[in-house]
Amino acid sequence: MVDLLTHIVAKYNYWLYIILMMIGLYAMIVKNNLVKKLVGMNIFQTSIILFFVSIGYKKGATIPIIENAHGNGHGGKQLLIRAADYINPLPHVLMLTAIVVSVATFGVALALAVKIYQRYQTLEEDEIRMRLTRK
Amino acid sequence: MNSVAPALLILAPFLAALLCSAFSWLERRLCFPTALLGLCVSLLAALDLLLQAGPAGVIQYKMGGWSPPFGIEYRIDALSALVILIIACIALLNLAASHRQVLRDMQDRFGTFYAVYLLFVTGLFGVTATGDLFNLYVLLEITSLTGYALIAMGDGDRGPLSSLNYLFIGVIGASFYLLGVGYLYIMTGSLNMVDVARLLPPLYGSSAILVAFVFCMLGIWIKMALFPLHVWLPNAYTYAPAAVSRVIAPLMTKVMVYVMIRLMFTVFGLEYVFEQLDLSRTVVWLATLAVLAGAVMALAQRDLRKMFSYVIVSEIGYMVGGAWLGNELGFTGAVLHILNDALMTFALFLVLGNLLFRLRGVSFEDLRGSFVGMPWTMAGFVLAGLSIIGVPPTCGFFSKWYLILAGLEAGAYQFVAALVLSSLICAVLFFRIIEIAFFEAPGPSSGDTGQNGQLREAPVSMLIPLGLVSISLLAVGVYAGSVVRGVIAPFLGLYPIP
Amino acid sequence: MKFFGFLIVSLCGGLLLYASSEFPDWGDPDSPASRHLSPHYIEESLAETGVPNLVTSVLADYRSFDTMFETAVIFCAGLACLLLLRKYKPETDRYYRHIPTGVILHFKNSRKSLPVGSEFELMDADWVPYDLVIKTVCRILIPFIQLYALYVVAHGDFSPGGGFQGGVIFGSSLILLAISYNLRTAVQRIKERVLGFLCVLGVLIYAGLGVLCMFLGGEFLDYSRLAAILPADPVHVRALGMLGVEIGVGIAVMAVMAAIYVNIASAGRHDEGL
Repeated sequence: MVDLLTHIVAKYNYWLYIILMMIGLYAMIVKNNLVKKLVGMNIFQTSIILFFVSIGYKKGATIPIIENAHGNGHGGKQLLIRAADYINPLPHVLMLTAIVVSVATFGVALALAVKIYQRYQTLEEDEIRMRLTRK
Repeated sequence: MNSVAPALLILAPFLAALLCSAFSWLERRLCFPTALLGLCVSLLAALDLLLQAGPAGVIQYKMGGWSPPFGIEYRIDALSALVILIIACIALLNLAASHRQVLRDMQDRFGTFYAVYLLFVTGLFGVTATGDLFNLYVLLEITSLTGYALIAMGDGDRGPLSSLNYLFIGVIGASFYLLGVGYLYIMTGSLNMVDVARLLPPLYGSSAILVAFVFCMLGIWIKMALFPLHVWLPNAYTYAPAAVSRVIAPLMTKVMVYVMIRLMFTVFGLEYVFEQLDLSRTVVWLATLAVLAGAVMALAQRDLRKMFSYVIVSEIGYMVGGAWLGNELGFTGAVLHILNDALMTFALFLVLGNLLFRLRGVSFEDLRGSFVGMPWTMAGFVLAGLSIIGVPPTCGFFSKWYLILAGLEAGAYQFVAALVLSSLICAVLFFRIIEIAFFEAPGPSSGDTGQNGQLREAPVSMLIPLGLVSISLLAVGVYAGSVVRGVIAPFLGLYPIP
Repeated sequence: MKFFGFLIVSLCGGLLLYASSEFPDWGDPDSPASRHLSPHYIEESLAETGVPNLVTSVLADYRSFDTMFETAVIFCAGLACLLLLRKYKPETDRYYRHIPTGVILHFKNSRKSLPVGSEFELMDADWVPYDLVIKTVCRILIPFIQLYALYVVAHGDFSPGGGFQGGVIFGSSLILLAISYNLRTAVQRIKERVLGFLCVLGVLIYAGLGVLCMFLGGEFLDYSRLAAILPADPVHVRALGMLGVEIGVGIAVMAVMAAIYVNIASAGRHDEGL
């Protein structure tokens, strides 16, 4: 039991992201309202972003912007830069891309939802299905 | 010698898309020539790549001049060059074939339509050429986003709804893939495919790598619509506009099969996939199920578009099964089937487009007597049908032959039986339609007819691409041996099968 | 359905949790992710690219090809909204409000329109009643928001920021204008055609810089080749190249954000001024 607790505490970031992700996935599968599904989709994608960003963190390191780089001219060879002092920039870069992708997907999905609403006057899936079968 | 062909391949359609979008505000007539030019340049680049990749093995291109694994590289070997050539040919032919249809159906927005179409093709090229796991995700999302938009253009009634459902499932698929990449990154610290493959062997026993593999595969399977995950496909392909389904149906699923093979070969390695994991039997069973389920559901349809969509579901089973049999014949059959199936599906959907251009709908009742009015179109249909069934001179026969041999060699008799059975079902499917179209009298005024009330043949600009593809169905069949020797053998030479 | 969903979710979650037991602890400086690629990025990138903000240097230089397609994704979303929602036919049902008296006129199935100005105003789905406080506050705020956006773009090499962030801030200032006044005012300030051009222009700046590098003999997006035409050394010129693409990204993101908002908020009608 104590083992499990230390395990959870040491890796709580993974637990958090998985719980969030499952909430999002559940909403996407189960919810009836299209906008609720969209919200679920957003939670789902955000949890992955959280996961990646948490990979980049290092204990005792600061944000990945080299300090005192201004005065040293371009090149800055004389500056001593240690990798342990700065967190890993790569996951942040990847997630900037993933955020943009999720925003773009969300935009397209909203546009589709608007179109569906114009057509059926509702965003509830069961009502849409009823209208489709009635014809 | 540092070739610029890989960069040109991507940039030509990308820049053409940007220009198209600009022209849609300025001078709309320039949109179509720009799109045509962009795709022609990519076709030339693709030919150049195929000619180089055969002998040279691998062509590399370092984006931004940074050497991998720090920068992003493009790695093109014989297999990717083949897939790229397929994409380039089909995209170009479809652009030419659909010009009149697009002008008719999307009067005021065809400039934007061409821009989105070109971006879709750019994404497909990128997915195929890239050697970086994350870059693949970004390009995959470009293809998917443009795909959603294109599908939603169609059939005012159901288009947006089926597109939104596709979007939800597509997002889950892409996110699963991204999660798999994240797991690989956290364990290895790299994103470059070759670099990851170099770092993986000491980690083979790790459960995190197993989960990474499972999630990458699940994501790709969702995107390619393998049987239990196929629910989005039939509606999306049925309600998309003809000009769109013609390019999405042959290319999207096939490129995803390519991605699966790429992940298995280059990233995880065949040793891991077939010796460390004990999954291949399960997946071959899944594929068998997909083949049968697709064929049976196709039998139940009364609409040509729905029927073709389920035929695709069944064909995906062939390729996945072939790739997971784990012997050389299986890979040969699967890769050959990527080529053949892309051509066959394209031919079928070209026929569909021609029919839809003249007919009101394509349910079986509408097809009555269409042989009389549209003999050339229906001739193409017969040829494509024969190829899907797998009648010898056409290309469909050869890949099926390889797959059956591979199944026998691996002892997967259920897969062989499914292949034979689905061929029989396909025969029933296509002969049923040929009978309706050939022998039954045409229904009263079904659609766009000429002055004397007769059904007219589709315009020449739509018949020429169909003719070319039909000829290529025969040509690829005749030259199947050289494709295997010239393209697939060098690729398999790079990755020895354990 | 609920049970089915719950089953899938718990299966996925269980699988993911099972794998996470092998992961390095949170913040472990010796994890593979922090030891393989990132030391090179952290220790060498200032010398190789001359940009102290490592996120910017990795984003816009080492992985600039990714970022170009990231911009393309945004561009796709803008195009998709335009393709899906835009309606070019004007509405035939119109409401006008006579401002001095507050009387509302309804035009049914008519193409006639009243001159909109000090006497009449058009009331449609995005008509907003006049509110002095909101309008004044937003009018004062918007220029500062835009100035800040420009700062974020320009200073992205040295501090947190860059094209995406700056572009989003600028775009949000346009959206604020549309919310606080009304959509029509915003569309009159920046015409749809201009927005469309800006979307293309931003991506084109990015891709064009890359192609320029190819013409100068390098690989696509190899900024060091720009040293042939810019008066700077090959390291510093990389920083300039990054600034160039960040500006492109900023323009594209700003325009697409505004375009998506305008299209979705008005369901594609854009109303007058076109």
